[in-house]
Amino acid sequence: MTDVLLAAGALPTWSWNPVADLREMWAFPFMVNAFRAGTLVAVGAGAMGWFMVLRRQSFAGHTVATVGFPGAACAALLGVSVSYGYFAFCVAAALVIAAMPRGGRAAGGHESAVTGTVQAFLLACGFLFTTLYHGLLGGVTSLLFGSFLGITSGQVWLLLAVTAAVLAVLAAVGRPLLFASVDPDVAAGRGVPVRALSAVFLVLLGAATAEASQITGTLLVFALLVMPAAAAQALSARPAVSLALAVLIAAAVTWAGLTVAYYSPYPVGFYVTTFAFAAYVLSRGGRYVRERIARPALEPLPAGGAA
Amino acid sequence: MTAHAMSHTLAAGSGSGWLAAFTHPYFLHAFLAGSAIALAAGLTGFFLVLRAQVFTGDALSHVAFTGALAALAGGYDLRLGLFAATVAVALLIGAIGRGGRADDVAIGSVFAWILGLGAFFLTLYTTSRSAGNGGAGVSVLFGSLFGLSAGQALTAALVAGSICAVLLLIARPLLFASVDEAVAAARGVPVRLLGLVFLVLVGACAAEATQAVGSLLLLGLLAAPAGAAARLTDRPFRGLALSAVLALAEMWAGLGLSYAVPTLPPSFGIMAAAASVYGLTFLKGAGRGRDHEKGRNGTSRPARAFSRLWQTATMPALGDTDHE
Repeated sequence: MTDVLLAAGALPTWSWNPVADLREMWAFPFMVNAFRAGTLVAVGAGAMGWFMVLRRQSFAGHTVATVGFPGAACAALLGVSVSYGYFAFCVAAALVIAAMPRGGRAAGGHESAVTGTVQAFLLACGFLFTTLYHGLLGGVTSLLFGSFLGITSGQVWLLLAVTAAVLAVLAAVGRPLLFASVDPDVAAGRGVPVRALSAVFLVLLGAATAEASQITGTLLVFALLVMPAAAAQALSARPAVSLALAVLIAAAVTWAGLTVAYYSPYPVGFYVTTFAFAAYVLSRGGRYVRERIARPALEPLPAGGAA
Repeated sequence: MTAHAMSHTLAAGSGSGWLAAFTHPYFLHAFLAGSAIALAAGLTGFFLVLRAQVFTGDALSHVAFTGALAALAGGYDLRLGLFAATVAVALLIGAIGRGGRADDVAIGSVFAWILGLGAFFLTLYTTSRSAGNGGAGVSVLFGSLFGLSAGQALTAALVAGSICAVLLLIARPLLFASVDEAVAAARGVPVRLLGLVFLVLVGACAAEATQAVGSLLLLGLLAAPAGAAARLTDRPFRGLALSAVLALAEMWAGLGLSYAVPTLPPSFGIMAAAASVYGLTFLKGAGRGRDHEKGRNGTSRPARAFSRLWQTATMPALGDTDHE
């Protein structure tokens, strides 16, 4: 962002005329592509993140997200498109985590030790790839913290295809997945294939994080997954409403982040995480105030928000 | 890294065998600091795994990145920012959760935002200080063990040594509080305070280890030896010792590997050693059958062993508090 605009002259200035500002910003094809890609990514990440928060799989989601970094570095080393690296590594990591034996609920320590080791080892591999591929070293920070520059129309089409596929599969397994997430024991008792659903969910999560990583960077994609979903679940107890809210918040946060990043020298990832965090804090605060006012009212869905 | 590779090739003719490595000051410093940090990480990591708080360790390690870059951008010593940020966030996580255990979603939201703040400080640092080196962010993220000076190595060893000392001092009550919080609280163990002290120790350990293996990779040093130790033994104190020994051995193996093959960064060597040791323990587990290792009620093996041990030693007086 800054590099291009500094080369062209100075940073663009905000004229307090939103229509003219938007028109000026969208006169640049790269900004139009950034908004298209950002919207697609936000929709996919918002929906997948909602289920991730509901299923309490934040750590797995974070690991799948960070694994995108060695994927991208490996792809750069091999000389193929970075997108393939993201998808290959994120989906593979999702499969590894899904294949691991699951203990009871209290055995979280072991499972997360494996997840953490996988994450740290793959990040170390990514570091090795970048040291082997010397030219990339300047690009490490943009791989990790995101950049919305130079998104081509081809990438936008790829993102559109992946988002459509993820949402289609999610719509197909949505009802049983919701059941299995809220109460796995009862769902298993009623004949729902809990384990297979969990694997499908992780693969979808891998695909969604792989596409989001390309905009927000591998370290900050987690913010787009967890925060809009947590905010939405604090706002509404009804699954359909809060799922829609999560997607809306993710999209709004991405748009606001892109717009502000266009007018300032700081990275887009910083603005997206800051706006998302503000939404999370506001909704948690709002829920707290509402509960204080109407204490004897109906209790919210136990899985929603964070008790 | 390049300096290390260069000095290594320059001195290659002068020494012979493995002992020659210790004639290089950079290797000696890395060995000293690395060993102390590995011991501290092995001990802290064992409790992290036992208390199922690995995600908290992950969060603190990312916070270390933001702290270091905020200090660099403000023109202060990097270590000041590291310790201030990790200890402050450790106290915050302890405060928002019950009994020093916070909710995953709250931790995730806070640390994702703090990481975004880190990206901001990174840009601030690389754009405002033209004299500053562009690789600072990378070396905070992935560590620069071979770049430590003698003073830095000594400080690192002293800080890591005191983390170990404090942790060993509170090991007994902390173990009890980790395995069975309710019973420990009923017997007068200050569970909440212990949880908080432990989180501060994890924060200090994360800040210390960031200088060695980097904030992104220190999770491996915390989780892998502890996870392997928990798979190898049922007994808590043996597991604690084994975790520290494994971490130390993996650190040495990683340093040796990186010295022998200069293109491999030391952080990668250490992570590779840690991950392969952990992977090997799964081969052992596979031979013994799964239902044995998972246990009846899903608690981890050292946890069950410890609670059994505790019950036979002290529970007859209480009798009916058997929780199995």
